[in-house]
Amino acid sequence: MIPSSNIDTDQIIPARFLTTTTKDGLGRQLFADWRYRADGSPNPDFVLNRPEARGAEILVAGRNFGCGSSREHAPWALLDFGFRAVISTEIADIFRGNALKNGLLPIVVDDATARWLLDNPGAEVDVDLKAARLTLPTGVSVAFPLEAFARHCLLNGIDELGYLRGRLSDIERYEAARSW
Amino acid sequence: MRTLFDKVWAAHEVVAETPDTPAVLYVDLHLIHEVTSPQAFSLLRSLGLPVRRPDRTLATMDHSTPTSTDQVFGNVPIKVDAAAKQVRQLEQNAAEFGVELFGMRDARRGIVHVISPELGATQPGMTIVCGDSHTSTHGAFGALAFGIGTTEVGHVFATQSLLQRKPKTFAVNVEGQLRPGVTAKDLILAVIGKVGVSGGTGHVFEYRGSAIRALSMDERMTVCNMSIEAGARAGMIAPDDTTFAYLEGKPRAPKAADWDAAVARWRTFATDPGAVFDASVDIDASTLEPMITYGTNPGMVLPIGASIPDKAGDAAFDKALRYMGFHGGDAMLGKPVDVVFIGSCTNGRLADLQAAARILKGRKVAPGVRLLIVPGSQEIKRAAEAEGLAEIFKAAGADWRESGCSMCLGMNGDTVAAGQYSVSTSNRNFEGRQGVGARTLLVSPFTAAASAVQGRITDPREML
Repeated sequence: MIPSSNIDTDQIIPARFLTTTTKDGLGRQLFADWRYRADGSPNPDFVLNRPEARGAEILVAGRNFGCGSSREHAPWALLDFGFRAVISTEIADIFRGNALKNGLLPIVVDDATARWLLDNPGAEVDVDLKAARLTLPTGVSVAFPLEAFARHCLLNGIDELGYLRGRLSDIERYEAARSW
Repeated sequence: MRTLFDKVWAAHEVVAETPDTPAVLYVDLHLIHEVTSPQAFSLLRSLGLPVRRPDRTLATMDHSTPTSTDQVFGNVPIKVDAAAKQVRQLEQNAAEFGVELFGMRDARRGIVHVISPELGATQPGMTIVCGDSHTSTHGAFGALAFGIGTTEVGHVFATQSLLQRKPKTFAVNVEGQLRPGVTAKDLILAVIGKVGVSGGTGHVFEYRGSAIRALSMDERMTVCNMSIEAGARAGMIAPDDTTFAYLEGKPRAPKAADWDAAVARWRTFATDPGAVFDASVDIDASTLEPMITYGTNPGMVLPIGASIPDKAGDAAFDKALRYMGFHGGDAMLGKPVDVVFIGSCTNGRLADLQAAARILKGRKVAPGVRLLIVPGSQEIKRAAEAEGLAEIFKAAGADWRESGCSMCLGMNGDTVAAGQYSVSTSNRNFEGRQGVGARTLLVSPFTAAASAVQGRITDPREML
């Protein structure tokens, strides 16, 4: 967990690593400026370098996670590192869309739930994608917003591009009907 | 009664949204650049698909390209290897898929959000997308323009459409007259300070009111550009005679009878009287001062004469001040400056360079300060040279470059060193944005130029 608010995509993956032409291996550069010292060695104070972070699959972060640039490299880097979900009290629009398209689940919770998670690092929580519910080990269970179509695609492994291409006849009709 | 946004959205709805499915939204213009397109072209290749509408697709290179003349036009290779590879890959992809590209040495090359308006490709009532969050810039023309991720770049390549949920609307009402020395940049920084960096999440802004109507197109682009810094997906301004005068005669604007028909249609893209917005904020332009950021997001902003607030115990606030090397209670005026950057998709247009020249004419950059001035496009570079601005800059001791994103984001060789203070006309003061450990203060071109001359944070009004 990283309690800072307004974690922007320049922190998640700094711009100098965007010169890649693939999606692979970006996990190494995830949070690079916080994770590594100037000489390139790991910063032992940064949470992802601590032993208890090994194997973590959910990142809990402060309010307005993923603000800033539209770089999809941000969810690619989080996924490559091993994260499967991000929890915050607010998640920026473009990051949210990019995350969902790659199977990284953005989970927005209320302040009390976020507070509990930040106070209990390493807690095992249960995420029910079908019901869009997060359950804490205390038994407290909260619903999180998940757009119906995105949930449908995630649950059924549906590719959005395939769906969109299925509407090509509508798109052609629209183009033909336009007078401008 | 509908808002401007509602009208543009409705005109592009191929399939309306339902509770279970998002809308299929048609894209009129798809802008691409070298950083967020390679993986989308790879997707097309893996599926054996073409770019469906290359005629609605425009490519340029700006983010990772160098700005030094010897690397752009001379025989010096691009110094950042990975950037050179990205540039070559876009050249290959554009050729293979039949997409028009303004390449490295093209006279029309520039920052993607600068060249599209300059060409007249950006027009009122359009939907415009690009793999870049500052696509909101094009909203200045009354277009619905927003940034998308690379997966969506692939969707637009393959179908010229996107799956979208309809965002909410947010009126930003700005009445009154800006005082001398207070610019569009100060106006948008004040809006972000008031709304907050996530206040616009889920919304599309419409900037309205007498202060907005009075702005030139260059100024309107500065305002719409930073909508994303308040969390908004897009920012729009209804087109008017200022918009039409800017577009008339531009290479890709409609001509002759088509022009009259287009203007008649464009005039319909205005919010109906009585239309209701989901949210709103009111700003009095006449009370605004030159603004400056002091922290690590654009919402941490103050009038230039103010002092940094004291919020002892606020961890995020303390962390930001520690990064900046500032303390609660510090005055901003008089703080030392190492680097000044004038450029970017926010403030790299001709009007911005003219503003900088007003201050720099007959003056010198302070000893020890580096001033980098980077035009937003090659066309702006030529225009600035033709009207003598470049000579003023060089005489002042500034470094005058080829166009590109440059020092706005440290990925093309133009960077600020760790710990240095950079007074910048760009859009983001995030940690490390301009280079590892760089400390960015966002300002207008006036404030940037004045601070370069004095070598410290300076209120530009004393030099105008």
